Amino acid sequence: MSSIGSGYDLSASQFSPDGRVFQVEYANKAVEASGTVVALRCKDGVAFAIEKIVTSRLYESGSNKRIHNVDKHIGMAVAGLLADARQLLTVARDEAKQYKYDYGVSIPVKYLADRLAMYMHAYTLYGFVRPFGCFILLAAYESDGPQLYGVEPSGVTYGYYGIAVGKAQQTAKTEIEKLKLSELKLEDAVKEAAKIIYQVHDEVKDRMFELELSWVGQINDGKHERVPTNVFNDAEKFAKASLEEADDDDDEI
Amino acid sequence: MDVMNPLTYDAEEDQLRERTKYSEMDKLLLPVEFQQQPVSTGTTIVAVEYDGGVVIGADTRTSSGSFVMNRFTDKLTKITDRIFCLRSGSAADTQTIAQIVTYQLDFLSAEANEPPLVRTAANCVRRLIYEYRDDFVAGMIVAGWDKKLGGQVYSCPLGGLLARQPISLGGSGSTYIWGYLDNNYRPNMTKQECFDFVLKGITLAITRDGSSGGCARLAIIDRDGVERVDVLGNDLPKVYDL
Repeated sequence: MSSIGSGYDLSASQFSPDGRVFQVEYANKAVEASGTVVALRCKDGVAFAIEKIVTSRLYESGSNKRIHNVDKHIGMAVAGLLADARQLLTVARDEAKQYKYDYGVSIPVKYLADRLAMYMHAYTLYGFVRPFGCFILLAAYESDGPQLYGVEPSGVTYGYYGIAVGKAQQTAKTEIEKLKLSELKLEDAVKEAAKIIYQVHDEVKDRMFELELSWVGQINDGKHERVPTNVFNDAEKFAKASLEEADDDDDEI
Repeated sequence: MDVMNPLTYDAEEDQLRERTKYSEMDKLLLPVEFQQQPVSTGTTIVAVEYDGGVVIGADTRTSSGSFVMNRFTDKLTKITDRIFCLRSGSAADTQTIAQIVTYQLDFLSAEANEPPLVRTAANCVRRLIYEYRDDFVAGMIVAGWDKKLGGQVYSCPLGGLLARQPISLGGSGSTYIWGYLDNNYRPNMTKQECFDFVLKGITLAITRDGSSGGCARLAIIDRDGVERVDVLGNDLPKVYDL
């Protein structure tokens, strides 16, 4: 009972005396321990960039991906516990499938975000479950423009212009705020997102990481997909180059 | 009664009993020859898209055999503020479909916090028609306006098809006016042209089709809402003028 939770953190169905639900806050901690995710909603689409931390050289590259497709037109990026996120992915896909069956049109991403938020929220109400330890980002390019939504472990959801979640969210957010998102084109947004991931990566703590890049926008008729190899290489080159540039500047000083 | 072998439930007998019950009531209300006829909207319905909205129209006769059950029926049925359906076929079946779809879309728009798409409404209608294709006699047109695609007309005929069409017609009366409409339809007609076009079509159908008649009800649906126009029988355009 001497720990910080003082016994109020054993169940998601109990408040602490000052009105907090510790289980939800621990879920947020799980999110903050994850590799950084950057999402930029620009003029003509949304770009995802993910720092997937690789803890062993023995893993095959490309395993445990953290960017997924819910439907052809909706991308989902994950920060936090990947296993939890995969259940949410299944739920989201079922939701998208059901909507299409019921109404004959693809699910609007806002509606999906709301439904997913409701599902995640239900896991903050009962003693026999724990909240999802992940932050879900949903992106799509719809008839009224690009859309980006984030669902927190608590079950609240916001629409975003740009967001960063994970280990280096603070620094990454500061970098995003420097961008002029409303003027940025998707091709450049992908590069900027990759650059931010390289910038905020902490080489001392996590030596290896894999970069994941995806986009959805006008450029590919509103389909969400991983960026083509040449775009990926360009973005990575751009990111590394601007890092070296920054290093050179530091040397001069 | 034999407890070990109880009488089996005879659905057919039960149905027969029900039918007798209602036919007792019918005897008081309806002439003998009409009692066996289904109540259906032997109908003319027409819907046309124009830039920014749709014009829809229907006659107003509901008949049971040769008996006119209602001479001022409203076959333009509201589903949401900007989506209407036009009903042809069995009055009972199509009313039920309209009610169910209205509920579904009210629920959806409350959940999504925005008015539903015409396409969504049409799909709901289509699915009911398809799933109950062995039981229902329903041919419907769904028309309306939404902010994504503007004015739209969707045809949902008997078997469960769904097709968007710039102009759609249905009901028994439509067979008499296919030629007129095919001949006189032009793309990109104005609102007023569409209105006159639909009204003329319905008038022609009313004059030739025995199970269409009465008056013409029309409606114009666009961004600003619905404008309904009822043209009484004596105000319909004269056919020899056309």
